[in-house]
Amino acid sequence: MKRLRRRQELWLGLLGVLLAFGACEAVGRAGGGPPPEQPPPYQIHAPPRGVGGGAGVVRRSYLPPASEVLARAVELGGDRAFLDGVGATLKAWALGLGLSVAIAVPLGLLLGSVPLVDSAVRVIVEFLRPLPSVALIPLVSLLLGTGTETKVALITYACVWPVLFNTVYGLGETDPLAKDTLRAFGFGRLSVLLRVELPGTAPFIAAGIRISAAVALILAVATEILSGFGEGLGIFIAQAGLATDGTRDVLAGVVWAGVLGLVINGVLVWGERRLFPWTPERRAGGRGGRP
Amino acid sequence: MKGAAAPVRNAARGPAAAGRAGGHVLLRLVVLVVAVALWQVAARAHASVYFPPPGQIAGRAHELWFSGPVGRLFLTDAAVADILPSLGRMAAGFGIAAVTGIALGLAVGRSRWAYALCNPVLQFARAVPPPALVPVFVVVFALGTPMQVASIAFSAVWPVLINTAEGARGTDPLRLDVAAVLRLNPVERLWFLLLPSALPRIFAGLRLSLSLSLILMVFSELLPGTADGIGFTLTDAQSRSDLLTVWAALLLLGVLGYVLNTALLAVERRLVGRGRTTA
Amino acid sequence: MKLRLDALGQRYGDQSVLHDISLTVPEGQLLCVVGPSGCGKSTLLRTVAGLQPAYEGSVTFDGTPVTGVPDQLAVVFQDYGRSLYPWLTVRDNVALPLRRRGLPRAERRAEAERILERVGLDGAGRRHPWQLSGGMQQRVAIARALVCRPALLLMDEPFGSLDAQTREDLEDLLLEVHRTDGATIVFVTHDIDESVYVGDRVVVLSPGPASGVVLDLPVELPGRREQIGTRGLPEFVALRTEVGRAVRGS
Repeated sequence: MKRLRRRQELWLGLLGVLLAFGACEAVGRAGGGPPPEQPPPYQIHAPPRGVGGGAGVVRRSYLPPASEVLARAVELGGDRAFLDGVGATLKAWALGLGLSVAIAVPLGLLLGSVPLVDSAVRVIVEFLRPLPSVALIPLVSLLLGTGTETKVALITYACVWPVLFNTVYGLGETDPLAKDTLRAFGFGRLSVLLRVELPGTAPFIAAGIRISAAVALILAVATEILSGFGEGLGIFIAQAGLATDGTRDVLAGVVWAGVLGLVINGVLVWGERRLFPWTPERRAGGRGGRP
Repeated sequence: MKGAAAPVRNAARGPAAAGRAGGHVLLRLVVLVVAVALWQVAARAHASVYFPPPGQIAGRAHELWFSGPVGRLFLTDAAVADILPSLGRMAAGFGIAAVTGIALGLAVGRSRWAYALCNPVLQFARAVPPPALVPVFVVVFALGTPMQVASIAFSAVWPVLINTAEGARGTDPLRLDVAAVLRLNPVERLWFLLLPSALPRIFAGLRLSLSLSLILMVFSELLPGTADGIGFTLTDAQSRSDLLTVWAALLLLGVLGYVLNTALLAVERRLVGRGRTTA
Repeated sequence: MKLRLDALGQRYGDQSVLHDISLTVPEGQLLCVVGPSGCGKSTLLRTVAGLQPAYEGSVTFDGTPVTGVPDQLAVVFQDYGRSLYPWLTVRDNVALPLRRRGLPRAERRAEAERILERVGLDGAGRRHPWQLSGGMQQRVAIARALVCRPALLLMDEPFGSLDAQTREDLEDLLLEVHRTDGATIVFVTHDIDESVYVGDRVVVLSPGPASGVVLDLPVELPGRREQIGTRGLPEFVALRTEVGRAVRGS
């Protein structure tokens, strides 16, 4: 495998994007025009008994060409109502993420410092982690209703795990020599924690936050799609799915969601590189996968 | 001493180490039992309908799904009608994602230019929160099993694909030279070098894909208009405010998730060998 | 297989690494290439193996110019841990080059076992490389190189990562293999004593960048090579001193 120069990589990447775009365009145009007026595939407000999925549903395999989707996505950037919705999603996202960090970091530092507690708690966590957080949406909706509190609560729950894991894992990776040195100089336990372990663990915490940020977006959008009313990007997508030729809007919403995800990830990666330029890829070593 | 063998991770361990491992398992069991007991006591004392005690939850789960005839592994009709379809869809989606992801990932990772070509598109695809895609599949496929399997497969393929590609890219250049010197043809190179070398990375991707598969399986069944599945059980119970069933379904999902993850880990250990797992 | 280098030059990016190297290696000769660190010995070997195209000049085997890795060539690398495939057993590692001969599996395995016995690794076939010591791993690498009876064997500082005792054992193994098989061998090393002990001829490269040949010395030592005896001979000391001086540039 020969080396590729940076510039070649950029040009090739651009070519790849154009090719993908072209392919989507071709597929969209091959499908012909939009179908005639048809009843919507399902009603969100009807009783959820699964009956609505039966008679009256006509499959629509019409996919609009990529250029139309892109044009619509750009158009949405000027739509006040849409932007408010995105803002609402981001607000819940930020709140949930912030809360989870506020809980997970001190908890992780505590757990990581006391090895016995840590290995004991690990058991409980091993059982809770595989549970898909979206499964909690019905439960939390029953407990807290269908407002923003539900969204934030779910996001917080889901985001605690990656941050918690990475904090504990990062603590385990700190150099014991550095700790012993400080202790030899008479610094107390808390001092050692703050002066050595916290800065050493910080890159891992940052990586955990990056993973949690993606998780938070998933939960935010998922909760919105299911709740059906209110403000949010997920709401927009779900409601567009009901409209008769809403496919274009649905895809435009998806584009926005993807761009949002990319921007969030990019900002966080850049932040990590700026703050912790010395750490290589090992930061992502913890088991911080999506729950 | 120079020339000593590279550290052998699964060298024979002494009885002390075995004792420590056994002690760990015991500790974990004890903690689990204590935690459940505490939960039981607290829930009983609080007596809230929203937080039933674990004993009751387990009881409901048993009654709903595991109190059937012996011949069918104790599964009830409800279990067969709900759990099996869910698992089937998840398995199909995950299977498609795994095979496609590994195949495409190896193809992309093999050459520098293919990777540079596909990388931005892949990064975008991976950044889209999967639940946002489900409405697209609803529009294209209409509700039902094809939509669900497609949602699961399409969302779960990216972590496998990207991790496989990066695993293939990270092949040791010296080993590539060896393959050139041994005059291995492209198929042999793939089978004897690229694939085994990338296997740890591939499994890291598969683990992520598995959890995404679970998420999408549940999510696609939470949508109104589904007729069966664990997710449907959840929304159905939610609409009836049947909290006990909701908790029972969550318990089932947690156990399922745990079992599947453990199984994947076991497969990884078997294929990759103990010295090389990333878990 | 007669090996010929004609005004060979090699670059790394903009930097010239090798310059104007001309050598003819007759069939069956064991040529040692010595030089200080960084003088491009490994680059020379990789160019001869066809892993890298030459920047200037040419490499020819028996009159055919080298483009890509030629048949009849085998290489032993210094880093045995990385050059062997850890997911294959020792026997499968050694049998791997036999695939291109089209032999059925049973025969490939039998041949591999035979070669393993030859290098002193009887019975290690079913183990994995990482279960063996460094010296044994390098023997596996040598076995893998020998299994196809190559006409040209290239060795890139193969004993550099081993302890002195193991190194001596493997040097003697190499001499024995050379005696019986008669392949042409190009042996790169930084160890001056080793080069004189093992080689029929020693070529010294100048320190980098743009290394060239500064000394081309035939090695004539009386009697059979033997670790203690030969190294004490006055002829050995004289040769060794000459090579040492050339390497140091004085």
